[in-house]
Amino acid sequence: MKKNILGILGLFLAIFIFTALKNDSFLNAYNMQNLIKWSSLYAIIGLGVSFVIITGGIDLSIGSVIGLVASLLALMLSKGINPATCMALVLVLSAGIGLLHGLLITKVKLQPFVVTLCGLLFYRGLARYLTDNQSMGFQGHDALDSFFSGKVAITAKFALPAPFFFLVALAVLAAIFLNRTVWGRYLFALGNNENAARYSGINTDHLKILSYVVCSTLTGLAGVLFAFELNSVQPASTGEFYELYAIAAAVLGGCSLRGGEGSILGVIIAAAVIRLLYNSINMLGISTHLEYAIIGAVILAGVTVDELVKRFAARRRAQQQAE
Amino acid sequence: MLMAEAAPQPLLEARLLSKQFPGVRALRGVSLTLQRGEVLAVIGENGAGKSTLMKILAGVQLPDAGEILVEGQPVRIATVRAAQQLGIALIHQELNLADNLDIGANIFLGREPRRCGFVDNARIHAEARTHLQRVGLDLPTETIVGTLPIGRQQLVEIAKALSSQARVLIMDEPSSSLSQHETETLFRVVRDLRAQGISVIYISHRLGEVTALADRVVVLRDGENAGELAREAITHAAMVRLMVGRDLSQFYQRQPRPHGEPVLEVDRLRTPAHPRREISFQVCAGEIVGIAGLVGAGRTELLQTVFGVTPAVGGEMRVRGQTLRPRSPQAAIAAGMALAPEDRKQHGLILAMSVRENASLPSLRRDQRSGFLNREAEQTVARNTVEQLGVKTPGLEQTVQHLSGGNQQKIVLGKWLALKPRLLLLDEPTRGIDIGAKREIYRLMDQLASEGVAVLFASSEMEEVLGMADRVLVMHEGRLAGELARDQLNEEAVMSLATGATARTELAK
Repeated sequence: MKKNILGILGLFLAIFIFTALKNDSFLNAYNMQNLIKWSSLYAIIGLGVSFVIITGGIDLSIGSVIGLVASLLALMLSKGINPATCMALVLVLSAGIGLLHGLLITKVKLQPFVVTLCGLLFYRGLARYLTDNQSMGFQGHDALDSFFSGKVAITAKFALPAPFFFLVALAVLAAIFLNRTVWGRYLFALGNNENAARYSGINTDHLKILSYVVCSTLTGLAGVLFAFELNSVQPASTGEFYELYAIAAAVLGGCSLRGGEGSILGVIIAAAVIRLLYNSINMLGISTHLEYAIIGAVILAGVTVDELVKRFAARRRAQQQAE
Repeated sequence: MLMAEAAPQPLLEARLLSKQFPGVRALRGVSLTLQRGEVLAVIGENGAGKSTLMKILAGVQLPDAGEILVEGQPVRIATVRAAQQLGIALIHQELNLADNLDIGANIFLGREPRRCGFVDNARIHAEARTHLQRVGLDLPTETIVGTLPIGRQQLVEIAKALSSQARVLIMDEPSSSLSQHETETLFRVVRDLRAQGISVIYISHRLGEVTALADRVVVLRDGENAGELAREAITHAAMVRLMVGRDLSQFYQRQPRPHGEPVLEVDRLRTPAHPRREISFQVCAGEIVGIAGLVGAGRTELLQTVFGVTPAVGGEMRVRGQTLRPRSPQAAIAAGMALAPEDRKQHGLILAMSVRENASLPSLRRDQRSGFLNREAEQTVARNTVEQLGVKTPGLEQTVQHLSGGNQQKIVLGKWLALKPRLLLLDEPTRGIDIGAKREIYRLMDQLASEGVAVLFASSEMEEVLGMADRVLVMHEGRLAGELARDQLNEEAVMSLATGATARTELAK
């Protein structure tokens, strides 16, 4: 796990330094703030989906949940509902969505892929219907806006964006949960070998449900953050494809889609790598049409190298044992 | 091919084969010869190296050292196809047939005769019929294989091997899932094949069958040749002595111990696997009860139902007097049960996790500090497991997949000891482990029973059942065929109940 983090950190630094050398304005405060902000937002959904991926599951509905949460939030605020109530409602709704996914997967025994794929379609459709597919903004909610997308000045020029603090708090909680609690251990055990976990007296169904609830709740929170960051919500497109970035961050950060592996720090750095690539493509003057191609290629290269390194290490260990 | 009859050159010879797996030396210089038209039995306890040897001969694995000769010529058998071209075919314990295809298609799978590029079905069925006749099967070759009983499927598999000009048939535990009648049919076919000059390597745990069938016996123990018995010398006692390497009384440790109150009482329990069969029995504190039976008799299913993995569909269970119908392993564990499952890699261990994490898994919750891991307790539990069972590991942080089978099994068992179970369920407790680890596990079973734990174990190994059990429950097709007390225990009695025979039937010689 440690080696894996070094690998992804190396990748991050390589791209970072390369871009900094090629373009002076890369390192300016505004660009750095932006990079930190977007990396943090992506990292939060990456963390969420990591819980699910550790258990060997998947969540494809993340982008649509973000769209639904953002749309509902704008809609309710525009109707004059108390902001605190709105916030509570969207978070409860997100948790409820996770609970539903978890129940369908464990009790009805549907495939996570199928359940969350249907979720992807359903929540997007719902968001468009409820808002009549109208774009909406957050005028007149300055307090909320500064809480979710404000900045904390560090120096005269440099300020840390609010999502960064959310990320740090959530990452610490997630790391404690995964590494220090009994349930965190159970989650890894379950992801590695569900049967053996069950035979050891672990309630695997409850844990799986929990992982989907955590994922959707973090997604809901991210939805709120994205909404205020974007300052306008398009029910048809806000959050579209975000599940893919979240999954990519989790995988690049060391979560195996086969389950049982994952590291919080790795996922955060991986999310930063993905945002950094975007930024670098702009900074280096590469055609933005190549954006997706480059990100896809880098992620593929990253996981390929990781797999080869693992295989090499396994072979060497086998040889050592044979001697 | 043109060797004179005078010097009977072996058809197949293996010289000093060795094979190493991570953490285990499966074979150490094993040799074996096989003559034309000979039935050679290869016996040995689980983990003695029989399967590895057969896989090497059949081209599934390559040896690390040693050589194989066919008709005196050194050969390299790197693939199953290479083995087939040399006329060596392996009949697997789990048959390798496509259930959804008919007999003809299965026999010619992968080498279908063609006409103008299309499969020539007429020829397939015509030729398949002649191959079927060689194994005494008179069935339409259009029959779908999945609809046949297991014994007949096995004969189809043999016919398939014969159709590819096999001269050596390696049969791995062929009778393990057959009824008495099917076993007799199989024996007849094997004798017919011998008469046709086909050589058979027959691997079995059933010493009674070996006595009835084999021309010669090769015994493996701990990956080495333990000895060989010619036809006249094949007796049960001689085979056991070679397999175990010492007197049984020393190997299976049993202290005299009083039996206490019933710990487990099972009353007309019905498992989901055999919902119409009612099973009743009890196990007392300090008692070791064995469950014997053929593959598919329902032993594993019974243990899983008792442990709540597959909840019962009917009947009653009492654990230490309390009525309990566990619907999950948690409930069973809370009642003081523990299960070391049959398949330790699938159900017993989390292979990618360390010795510490595996050993402490069931006791994490008990030792928790308001949800947080208790690292010290975890270390202690793991260290105790390693020490108490003599697990050989470089350290507590070693991932268990790199340990040998015996050491893995010790962890599967050891992880429960911290919870001090009152009822220990063991499913094939010594499958695939070396003889030293076996003895440790027998010692542990005896020690726990002496401390008042009730032990219920299922085993396919006759010697283990005979050696360890105070009492044996014999299962047949999902029902309890009978119960044998210690003084009634012998191989024939167990086998006749296990194969469903009401009266004792001699294996046809």
